[in-house]
Amino acid sequence: MLDYSDKVKDHLLNPRNVGEMEHPSGVGKVGNPVCGDIMEMCIKVEDEVIVDAVFRTFGCGAAIAASSMVTELIKGKKIKEALRLSKDEVASALDGLPPIKMHCSVLGVEALQKAIKNYQEQKSSLKN
Amino acid sequence: MRIYFDHAATTPVDPQVEASMRPYFAGRFGNASAQYEEGQLAHKAVEEARIKVADLTGARPEEIVFTGSGTESNNMAIKGTAWALRDKGNHIITSSIEHPAVLESCRWLERAGYEVTYLPVDEYGLINPALVEESIRKETILISIMQANNEVGTIEPIAEIAEVARRHQIKLHCDAVQTVGNIAINVVELGVDMLSMSAHKLYGPKGVGALYIKEGTSLASLLHGGHQESGRRAGTENTVGMVGFGKAAELARERLIQGPARLEKMRDTMIDGIMKRIKWVRLNGHPKRRLPGNVNISIEFVEGEGMLMHLDMMGISCSTGSACQAADLKASHVLLAMGLSHEMSHGSLRFSLGHLTTEAEIARVVEVLPGIVEKLRAMSPLTVKERVNA
Ligand SMILES: Cc1ncc(COP(=O)(O)O)c(C=O)c1O
Ligand code: FES
Repeated sequence: MLDYSDKVKDHLLNPRNVGEMEHPSGVGKVGNPVCGDIMEMCIKVEDEVIVDAVFRTFGCGAAIAASSMVTELIKGKKIKEALRLSKDEVASALDGLPPIKMHCSVLGVEALQKAIKNYQEQKSSLKN
Repeated sequence: MRIYFDHAATTPVDPQVEASMRPYFAGRFGNASAQYEEGQLAHKAVEEARIKVADLTGARPEEIVFTGSGTESNNMAIKGTAWALRDKGNHIITSSIEHPAVLESCRWLERAGYEVTYLPVDEYGLINPALVEESIRKETILISIMQANNEVGTIEPIAEIAEVARRHQIKLHCDAVQTVGNIAINVVELGVDMLSMSAHKLYGPKGVGALYIKEGTSLASLLHGGHQESGRRAGTENTVGMVGFGKAAELARERLIQGPARLEKMRDTMIDGIMKRIKWVRLNGHPKRRLPGNVNISIEFVEGEGMLMHLDMMGISCSTGSACQAADLKASHVLLAMGLSHEMSHGSLRFSLGHLTTEAEIARVVEVLPGIVEKLRAMSPLTVKERVNA
């Protein structure tokens, strides 16, 4: 097996925040051009703070662990802060990823950014 | 105790094989090409090993050349034929599901100006002998087709393809790395000109293989140097490895007398058990024409590496054709050639059984796999109508 850290293994065996959400504030769905995996993230936002986040991933152990970690990292964060989350932060929160698996953490970050964008678009269309 | 289900990747060295090799490390260490006693002891051991490998495959000992691996045997057969017959033609026929040792040898030859036809396979991974015949040109010098596929276990119609090759007087090479020792084979009945094998797939050591070269076959060497292996493969003999290969061949021959029936039965129990307990599973490869120890399935909506890791943490080893698990992040070329979608190849798992596999080990996999799949499916964004209704 790949040289995964204990944190990655833990998040794979016990992923946090798996599932779907009723009435999400924003949804982001991304496909991985490298190996063809799919990730979906839903966020709930109140007063510009992400109060809840869930994910579903069709992908490898690193992809599952990364999406799980992203949801953990952004819960309770302001939208502005969440937008600054980088793939390197996700990887280091997981005590590192094998180089070949770095693209899987990109996926988690992209799903989050899409979910936030989706939230912001919905918000501005409500205003108009 | 770990449960090992990756015998197609490699097998543990049999204790009797290990014991047979031990004297040749330090005691009988002589150079098999030397004329004095130490050398002659080594030489005798190498020749005895050659006889045992020949006996396992129906070849004559002088038609067996020891190599450094199955990979080397394949390289030697393909590049050696290409070089030897370069004045006759520059076209090679192979299949799209060969082992990389064959495919990459062919691609290398393409860069050198050869032309290669990569035959398609059907949904079971079978090669159609009629397609082989249609692909023959007047420049065709070699057909290289594997006897059984290492991923999905499909056993190819080699004798029929040999018939075609013979009719057109084209040399036939067969990569039999997955079959030698696992099913009874005979190079004469198969009608091949060259056949590759590898010791570590039949409870022998790694790093030693052999190529059967039918008498009268012109073949160039890859390794030039001393006169070892009748000048076909230079380099001081790997006495230890060859002796181990010989012993492994001898033991395999004894095992084959019973026939692979026990493995086939366990294989089918495992396939049935998994299919009964998990929905949306597809068997990859041919239901009947398959290696006795090969179980290859695709489980929809989940990715193989995640399953593999869960199984690993439960002490079970197997493999997957998922892109995520590949060093180049590409899905298995075999599964794609069989027409599987990217998603289906993602969810593939291969369990390869060995002669030490027990029914209890099979039962354990059948027991734990459904839970792992259920857990990963709950995490998966892929859905179909049926899944919603389930
Ligand atoms: C079909 C096939 N051909 C060739 C090889 C290469 O053999 P080796 O590992 O001895 O180089 C293998 C095993 O990996 C195989 O399964
Ligand atoms: S999701 Fe495919 S390699 Fe990670």
